[in-house]
Amino acid sequence: MSVFNRLRNGLRLTTNQLSSLFANTVTRETGGLDGDVSGEGLVALEETLLQADIGVAATARLLEVAGSRGGTADVRSVVKAELRRLLDGTEGARPTTVRPRVVLVVGVNGTGKTTSVGKLAHLLNQAGERSVICAADTFRAAAVEQLEIWARRVGADFVRARSGTDPAAVVFDAISAGKARGRDVVLIDTAGRLHTHVNLMRELDKIRRVAGRVVSGAPHETLLVLDATVGQNGLAQGRAFLEAAGVTGVVLTKLDGTAKGGIAAAITSELGVPIRYVGVGEELDDLLPFSAEHYVEALFEPVW
Amino acid sequence: MFASLSERLQGVFAAVRRESKLTPETVESALRGIRIALLEADVNFKVVGAFIDRVRDRAVDRSVLESLTPAQQVVAIVRDELRTLLGSGSPGLSKAQQLPQVVLLLGLQGAGKTTTTVKLARWLRAQGRHPLVVSTDVRRPAAIEQLAALSGDAGIRVHEPDPQVGAVDRAQGAIEMASSLGFDVVLVDTAGRSHVNDELMGELEGLKASIAPSDLLYVADAMTGQDAIKSAGEFNRRLGITGVVLTKMDGDARGGAALSVVSVVGAPVSFVGDGERLEDLQPFHPDRIVSRILGMGDVLSLVEKTEQVVSQEDATRLKGKLQRNEFTLEDMREQLGAVKRMGPLDRLVDLLPGMRQLASHAPGEFDAGGLVRTTAIIDSMTVRERRRCQVIDGSRRRRIARGSGTTVQDVNRLLKQFMEMRRMLRAVGTTSKSRKKKKGGRRRGALDSLWLQAR
Ligand SMILES: Nc1nc2c(ncn2[C@@H]2O[C@H](COP(=O)(O)OP(=O)(O)OP(=O)(O)O)[C@@H](O)[C@H]2O)c(=O)[nH]1
Ligand SMILES: Nc1nc2c(ncn2[C@@H]2O[C@H](COP(=O)(O)OP(=O)(O)O)[C@@H](O)[C@H]2O)c(=O)[nH]1
Ligand SMILES: [Mg+2]
Ligand SMILES: [Mg+2]
Repeated sequence: MSVFNRLRNGLRLTTNQLSSLFANTVTRETGGLDGDVSGEGLVALEETLLQADIGVAATARLLEVAGSRGGTADVRSVVKAELRRLLDGTEGARPTTVRPRVVLVVGVNGTGKTTSVGKLAHLLNQAGERSVICAADTFRAAAVEQLEIWARRVGADFVRARSGTDPAAVVFDAISAGKARGRDVVLIDTAGRLHTHVNLMRELDKIRRVAGRVVSGAPHETLLVLDATVGQNGLAQGRAFLEAAGVTGVVLTKLDGTAKGGIAAAITSELGVPIRYVGVGEELDDLLPFSAEHYVEALFEPVW
Repeated sequence: MFASLSERLQGVFAAVRRESKLTPETVESALRGIRIALLEADVNFKVVGAFIDRVRDRAVDRSVLESLTPAQQVVAIVRDELRTLLGSGSPGLSKAQQLPQVVLLLGLQGAGKTTTTVKLARWLRAQGRHPLVVSTDVRRPAAIEQLAALSGDAGIRVHEPDPQVGAVDRAQGAIEMASSLGFDVVLVDTAGRSHVNDELMGELEGLKASIAPSDLLYVADAMTGQDAIKSAGEFNRRLGITGVVLTKMDGDARGGAALSVVSVVGAPVSFVGDGERLEDLQPFHPDRIVSRILGMGDVLSLVEKTEQVVSQEDATRLKGKLQRNEFTLEDMREQLGAVKRMGPLDRLVDLLPGMRQLASHAPGEFDAGGLVRTTAIIDSMTVRERRRCQVIDGSRRRRIARGSGTTVQDVNRLLKQFMEMRRMLRAVGTTSKSRKKKKGGRRRGALDSLWLQAR
């Protein structure tokens, strides 16, 4: 199955609902998608966008654009194009030739960090890159065991903490091991932490400093894992993790449900952090590289 | 541009407060602000719509529109409606009809089910119960180990059959074990699942049918957005939820999802989780969520405080006086007394939106010292002077200053402020009679806050 189809399938419910809502509201209020954008039409459009968790700020911007080109333009394509522009306009981490490349995975509790590390190792594997998986969640019960199972599934190297050590120590071990064994990538899973817990956020800083000591420029990429069901708090998460951990990209998980993860658009446009991958299920190959074109297309595809 | 929820709401209420009187138009504009505030708190769109309609119905009532304290009234209505939405139903678990009582925890992936299972077991044990826990999550890697490890930490007994044993048999095994060993409550952890995954939802229905739980707790992440209504609604439709546990409340999420979930499920929030440690589980207090969703705990406590210190009769009497232009220094002293009873003044300045700015315009007048000084000056006047301030000439001013331990300048300033205030208050009184809109600007709005907030 093509990436586009996979994403479409993953997003099917999301899109069906969004596009039917979209069609209904726009049709009802304006007499057709190609009709005039009356004030009422914009109100309905606002509802639709807000319901997708896109947030007040990004919604206001989209509406402004739709409104300014109202009257003649097809509202739907105007909004689509603008949404794509929002999602596309940012650059991720600078590519690096350093080996091993170090990828740090962070986020609040339960968003899908561990699972995404497993899936990402698989994705890299398929692209011919061999990785070391590092279990730096030394806090949550059975977190190491969980990740170890994923490492085994993927066939990646696995480095766990010597018991009683802190996360930075296992990060040091894992990167050193990756270096010694000539691996391409080191993927670091971290414990979930709420962005409001200052001490826990500082811990990430320590991990970063230790990583940078073993390999120059590490971590080369820091991925914030965001649950698609998250609402406006996602933006606060984005801000805090950007500041404390220098996030360079977002992984948007659980898009196989009905949630739209629209706040990611706000994160991209307000914080300039691109979405890099999307999670569409709990299996090994349920992680897809993000494409703004496909994402928006899938989101607005009228009938499936 | 998009200020925090709290600022936004305070802005809304400050705008209302600037109006001497509510009109249907000002109510509408306040409602628009409240709507955005709730949306930013992640309350579901549809829930917000219904909520706004209810608030509108109550706010356009004549007694509210004609009230002298419209902002207070609107805040109070919003607060009441939120409480009504969240407050029905009794928190905690149901009364056990049959032992062992069986509790099923369910919800989306990563919501906090496993952690909550053990937190709840600890909580029950503290209530004198004898809990047994079991994991039926045979899907997520190391989920069974996670529950076992957490239970080990808490000293909670786990039923742990061979890892090959399926979900239904695990749960049934736990119930049998509980019956034979005398545990009176079995907590069943389940695998997280998406509400649109028909196969997994079907499995859950099967599990429910085979163990007949008395309590089905839906575990929801406080950070959830608009989707909360769909996921909770579908879980409820297929399984029937009896209570909600809201997790990760230790963060800064507004928790508007709580409103959405409760309104679609119709079951109360039973507990909230507010940390990763096993003791971080609290029985639910609707009020906390209400002020949190609105981000205006301070404004709410102000409403409560004024309700405590100023009676409705006093407020009505003052209103009449204002309209008849009979406001005197005595009334002023009474009002200051009310303000004083509401607590330390510097705290109050922070409670009242807009007061900070006013205080910075008139330094010294709104701190505790200024209040004491003002009261002392009025106290040193004769009854006649208080009622007719025009009689206070130069020699009277010197006497009053001596009597109150202040200077003549202090007395002059107070009298000037009082005259100014009376002029403005009269403007308020007339406006509310003639329905004419006056541009009082920021200053009158702020004075409004000082005087009329206290009713
Ligand atoms: N449906 C779906 N479930 C997912 C996806 N990604 C992760 N999950 C599930 O979400 C739950 C939490 O995932 P984890 O990988 O344990 O999340 P985490 O961020 O490591 O959690 P903590 O370490 O506990 O903070 C698990 O049940 C995963 O199987 C996804 O894309 N879709
Ligand atoms: N900060 C915080 N984290 C929590 C809370 N409840 C659970 N968690 C964390 O959320 C993550 C997912 O919890 P878990 O119990 O595994 O969720 P499950 O997948 O629904 O069983 C774990 O990292 C927990 O430690 C809470 O109240 N506050
Ligand atoms: Mg994890
Ligand atoms: Mg679990």
